[in-house]
Amino acid sequence: VCIHRIRSCSNIRFIKSKYVCVFDKSALKFSHQQRLFRTSAVSCGQIVQFKLSDIGEGITEVTVKEWYIKEGDSVSQFDSICEVQSDKASVTITSRYDGVIRKLHYNIDDIAFVGKPLVDIEIDASKGVASEDVVETPPMSHEEHTHQEIKGHKTLATPAVRRLAMENNIKLSEVVGTGKDNRILKEDILNYLAKQTGAILPPSPKAEIVPPQRKAEAVPAAPKDKAHKIPVPVSRPIAFSGKDKTEPVTGFQKAMVKTMSAALKIPHFGYSDEIDLTQLVQLREELKPLAEIRGVKLSFMPFFIKAASLGLLQYPILNASLDENCQNVTYKASHNIGVAMDTEQGLIVPNVKNVQVCSVFDIAVELNRLQSLGSAGQLGTSDLTGGTFTLSNIGTIGGTYAKPVILPPEVAIGALGKIQVLPRFNGKGEVFKAQIMNVSWSADHRIIDGATMARFSNLWKSYLENPASMLLDLK
Amino acid sequence: MVLQSFKNCLWLSCVLRTPKACFWSTASGGLIIQSVSNDVYQNLAVEDWIHDHMDLEKQQVLFLWRNSPAVVIGRHQNPWQECNLRLLRQKKIKLARRRSGGGTVYHDLGNINLTFFTSRKKYERMENLKLIVKALKALRPQLDVHVTDRYDILLDRQYKISGTAAKLGRTSAYHHCTLLCNADKFVLSSVLKSPFKGLKSNATPSVPALVKNLFEEDPSLTSEVLLDAIAKEYAVQHQIDHHITLINPADETLLPGISNKTKELETWEWVYGKTPKFSVSTCLNMAYKDSVLDVKINMDVKHGRIEVCNIDLPEQWLPPGLYSELIKNLTGSKFCPNETTTLVTTLLRLCPQDDELHSKWSLLCENMIRLM
Repeated sequence: VCIHRIRSCSNIRFIKSKYVCVFDKSALKFSHQQRLFRTSAVSCGQIVQFKLSDIGEGITEVTVKEWYIKEGDSVSQFDSICEVQSDKASVTITSRYDGVIRKLHYNIDDIAFVGKPLVDIEIDASKGVASEDVVETPPMSHEEHTHQEIKGHKTLATPAVRRLAMENNIKLSEVVGTGKDNRILKEDILNYLAKQTGAILPPSPKAEIVPPQRKAEAVPAAPKDKAHKIPVPVSRPIAFSGKDKTEPVTGFQKAMVKTMSAALKIPHFGYSDEIDLTQLVQLREELKPLAEIRGVKLSFMPFFIKAASLGLLQYPILNASLDENCQNVTYKASHNIGVAMDTEQGLIVPNVKNVQVCSVFDIAVELNRLQSLGSAGQLGTSDLTGGTFTLSNIGTIGGTYAKPVILPPEVAIGALGKIQVLPRFNGKGEVFKAQIMNVSWSADHRIIDGATMARFSNLWKSYLENPASMLLDLK
Repeated sequence: MVLQSFKNCLWLSCVLRTPKACFWSTASGGLIIQSVSNDVYQNLAVEDWIHDHMDLEKQQVLFLWRNSPAVVIGRHQNPWQECNLRLLRQKKIKLARRRSGGGTVYHDLGNINLTFFTSRKKYERMENLKLIVKALKALRPQLDVHVTDRYDILLDRQYKISGTAAKLGRTSAYHHCTLLCNADKFVLSSVLKSPFKGLKSNATPSVPALVKNLFEEDPSLTSEVLLDAIAKEYAVQHQIDHHITLINPADETLLPGISNKTKELETWEWVYGKTPKFSVSTCLNMAYKDSVLDVKINMDVKHGRIEVCNIDLPEQWLPPGLYSELIKNLTGSKFCPNETTTLVTTLLRLCPQDDELHSKWSLLCENMIRLM
C-alpha cells in the first residue's frame, strides 16, 4: 500500500495544489485507503491517457465546465466524466474505460483540445483497453452522476453489476449495497428490480434466494405450491432500502432551531378551553359571499384575530415583552398579531400589523396578501418582524388540544384546534348540535399569571360565542 | 387516425417491453411529436427522456413544444447575471435551467420550440436550421430569413427570430431552437435585463440581440401555421407521414421515469445550485438618519450558497455579537431572498428589543436581500 501511495503522490506533485488537497483528504478516509489497497493488490494497471474525442462540426476546442469525477474515483465504461461546452453545445464526455481516475488534465473553465488527453485512467491490467467499437447500449443518464455528485460519494460496484443495472435502466445511486463497503451486489439489483415491478423474478441460474413478493395478491399463491417448491428462506426481510441520511441543518430548519432554543428559556404554562362557534359559523356563512364580491376569501382567522385584539385591549400584559435581564416589561402599543403559516420550506410566522385599528375585513385582506406571498416564498422582512402576539391555526390540518411554544420576544401564543360538531346541552337542558373548537394558550409565567390568561381567554371566548357583542367594543 | 393510434400502441408497447432501446422497426426514419403541456419543466423533462431512452439510430425525432411564460437559462449560466429575478418573481414567470449550452431566452406561448433528436453521429445543426428556413420560405416566399454562422436565424438581415443550443451525449444528441412568432417583446426585454452590478463570474454570458416577431412581418403567421409548416418540411425530408403525434409529459406509463426528471429540473439545487462559482462585489448606499452609508458587500457564491461573506459596516453600527451572528448564519446558506429573510428575521427575535437596532437591522438586511 505504502509503495503504491508514494508512486501516486509523485504523480500528484505536478498537479496544482487543489488536487493534492482533494487527494489527501480522500486518502484519510478509511474506505478510500481500502480502495487503494485493493487496486494495487489486484494489479499494477497501465495508465491510459483518455483523449478528448471528436465533438463534430469541425470543433477543435471546448471549455471544461464541470467535472463529475475527481482523482482517485473509480469509473466504469460509459460513466460521465465531465461536461464541456463549445459554441452553445453542452457535451457530456463519458469514459471509454473501466478504471481509476489518476489525473485530470484541466481545471474548470480551461480550454480543452480535441485529440489531447483529458484524463489519465489507470486500467486493471486484466481488463486491457476497451475497443473503439462500443456495443450500442442506451447511455446511462448523466443525472445519476449528478446524484452521486450531490451525495458526495461514488457507488461501488463491479462492471458486471453496473452492466446489469444499466440494462435495466437502474440508477446505482438508488440501490442499497449490501456488500463490503456498501458495495452493490447482483442480488441488490435483483431485489431492487423486484421492488420496482412488484414481481418475483425468475430465479437466475446462480441466484439462490428469490426476493419475497410485496403485493398482497401474490400471497395466496405461495401455500398452493408449497409441496413442490423449495421453501423460501424468510431470514432476509423484505428489501428495506432505508438508509440513514445525514444532512446539515440549514435555512428554515436552522431558523426554527434558533427560535425554539431561545423559547426554552421562557417558563411556559398552558391554559385550554372549549369555544362554541355555532353562531360564528352561521355569521361567516352570511358574510362569505359579501367578501367574495369584494375579491377576498374570508376564513375564521380574521374573527379570531380581531377578537384577540379586543381582548388585548383589556389585558395589555399579554401584548408585552420582557427584556433580556427580566428587569423591564414593555407594553407594546401595536397589536401585531402573528399567524403561523406552513409553507413548503417550513414554518414561517408573518404578522398582521396594527389589528387594533383594523376591521375584520381589513384583516382578511391582509391575511390573503400574506398567504399568497408566503406560499410563493416572497414575504418581506417587515412582514416577518414586529410581531407581538401569535395565533396558530393548527386545526386546519387537524388536532384538538396543543401545547404551542411562545415565539420570543412575545409572551403569549394560542393554538386553535379543529372545529368539530359535538352534542352539547343548552340552557334548557336540551341536547343540540354545537360547533366546538378548542383553544390552547401558552404564556410566559414570569410576567403572566393564570388568572390573567383565564380572564383574557374568557373574554375572547365570549366575543366569538356571541359575535354581536364584538360590535359593542369595535373601534 | 386509426393508423396513428395503432402506431402509438406499438410505440407504447416498445417502451414498456424493452426499457432499453425502442427499436421501432417500421420503415419510417422519423417521428414528429408535440407536447400537450405548456409547463417548461415538463417539456424539458421530455427532452431528457428522449435523449436518455430512445434509440435514435434508425429513427430521428422532431419535438414541438411551447411554454407559458418562462425564462430558460443555459446549462452553465448564472441566473442573477442573465435576468431580472425580482421582476420574474413579481410576474410569476418561471425560471428553468436547461441541459444544453448557450444563452438565455424568454419563452411564452408566442414562441415555438423545436428539438431535433438524432444519433450522435448525425448531429448537424446547420441542416436543421436550413430546414426551418426552407419551411418558412415555402410558406411565404418573400420572407427575408437566413441562417448566420452563429446558428441564429435573422429576419430582414437584422432581427433575430431564432436562437440555438445543443446537447451531446455518448450516443445521441439534440439540437433545439426557438422561433419567435408572437411573443411579448416588452416583457422579453425587461425580464432579460439584469440590474445586477458587481458580479464576477465565468458563467457563459448571453449575447443580447434585436428581436422581432414573425407575426409583425405577416399577421397571418401564427404559431399553429408555423408549427405545421415546419412539421411538413421535416416529414418531406425524412420521407414520413406528415402527422404530429401528441404526447402528454405527465404520462408516466408512456414515459416511465418522467416525473422524476421533471422534479429534478424544478429543484432549487438544479436551477440555482448549478450556477458556476461567482463573486459579488457591490456597495449598498443606505440612507439612515439624514446620512448616507456606503456599505461594501463581498460574497463568494458556490453551488448557489454563500461560501464567504464580508459586510463592511462602520464600527459599532451593529453590536459586534449580532454582526458576527449575521455573518456566521449567512455563510453556508442559500443566496436566496426567502431563506435569507427567514434567517435574518429569526436573528432579530433573539436580540434586544431596541427600536433603533431593529430599524438599522431591517435597513441592512432588506438592501442585502434585494441583491438576491
